[in-house]
Amino acid sequence: MLFSTARTDSTSQPPARGLAMWIDLFWVFFKIGPATFGGGYAMIPMIEREVVERRGWIEQDEMNDLLSVAGSAPGGVGVNASAFVGYRMAGVTGAIAATLGITLPTFLIVFVLSLFYSLFHDQPKVQAAFQGIKGAVIGLIAVAAYRMGKSSLFDRTTMIVAAVALMILLLTGLNPIFLILSGLVIGLLIIRVKKALGLRIRTEKERGSGKDNTTYIEYYI
Amino acid sequence: MLLWQLFISFLKIGFVSFGGGYAVIPLIQHDSEQYGWMAAEPFRQTVSLAGMAPGSIATNSATLIGYQVAGIPGAAMATLGIVLPSLVLVITLAGLFYRLHGSQVVKSSFYGLRPIVTGLIAYAAIHFGLGSGWSALSELTTWLTLLIGAAVFVAIVRYKAHPLLVILGSAVMGIVLF
Repeated sequence: MLFSTARTDSTSQPPARGLAMWIDLFWVFFKIGPATFGGGYAMIPMIEREVVERRGWIEQDEMNDLLSVAGSAPGGVGVNASAFVGYRMAGVTGAIAATLGITLPTFLIVFVLSLFYSLFHDQPKVQAAFQGIKGAVIGLIAVAAYRMGKSSLFDRTTMIVAAVALMILLLTGLNPIFLILSGLVIGLLIIRVKKALGLRIRTEKERGSGKDNTTYIEYYI
Repeated sequence: MLLWQLFISFLKIGFVSFGGGYAVIPLIQHDSEQYGWMAAEPFRQTVSLAGMAPGSIATNSATLIGYQVAGIPGAAMATLGIVLPSLVLVITLAGLFYRLHGSQVVKSSFYGLRPIVTGLIAYAAIHFGLGSGWSALSELTTWLTLLIGAAVFVAIVRYKAHPLLVILGSAVMGIVLF
């Protein structure tokens, strides 16, 4: 049964090596954070290497499940995965230690960057470089949209839903939260209607060989 | 009061942030406009800054916006707000997640959710690319910035370039072009 260890840990007192485990969890994720340029998905291979290969905390099979759940739950995949691993290893306090570990370094780096920016943003060269970086961020967002689209727009229905969502965002001031919440319901409704009409039902893109595995994990939801 | 507003707003966003970082940008933008935290252009500056730092662009944006609205306490509250839902959901629902993950209900639900998340990310890209609106297309800077964006897209998708390398490269491009 998955999570049985974590459950006993969280209800009883943590084991004697609790403190060492918390420090370990904090440190593992503290190291991963600063190296993950390009968003959460960059963290996945590093988390796997540390948790499965180096420390042997979790078996590869369970790790795959854990990562796919972490990717589909709300929140950043990196933060979710660290909270999961922390909870799995040392209960609630473990989850907190791991989450702190992955959040703290980037929190500090963002500060240093913003300090640097506010000191030098009047310099023309810095402004020019920053304009270039803006272009890079547009590119990064476009890459995310492309990959998400590749794994989620695989039939006419999904394409129409995406197009309508985009139109609503561009043309109205609707709070995007409502779009997300309605998305959860729309899926259920469409599948029900399709079932009633006797249409073929496919809720996920058929996966080819494992070649594309990394990009798939990134946009798992 | 402002601290509380930041915390609640990002907490709310954290709970629905399916799809992680980039899909969350329109949500943050909406609240930022609604509460008058910052204008559109500073918002884009801030998110660009968040995008060049390591880690999730959503968490980084929360930190930076919190900081600019209410100093270091603001940064801490906003970051706590966006991270806390992950922690709470994992702790309370960890076992349930595993059991639900393969279920037909969740699969059907995500069938509708995924395209919407795609729409959100696409919107974030368009909003970022065009800045002040369609009129921005009359400016050379916009076109050159989009050109860098397109180069970055090709470099990552086609040539699997490392994001850090790409960010540094586009900073150099910026110095050359602008």
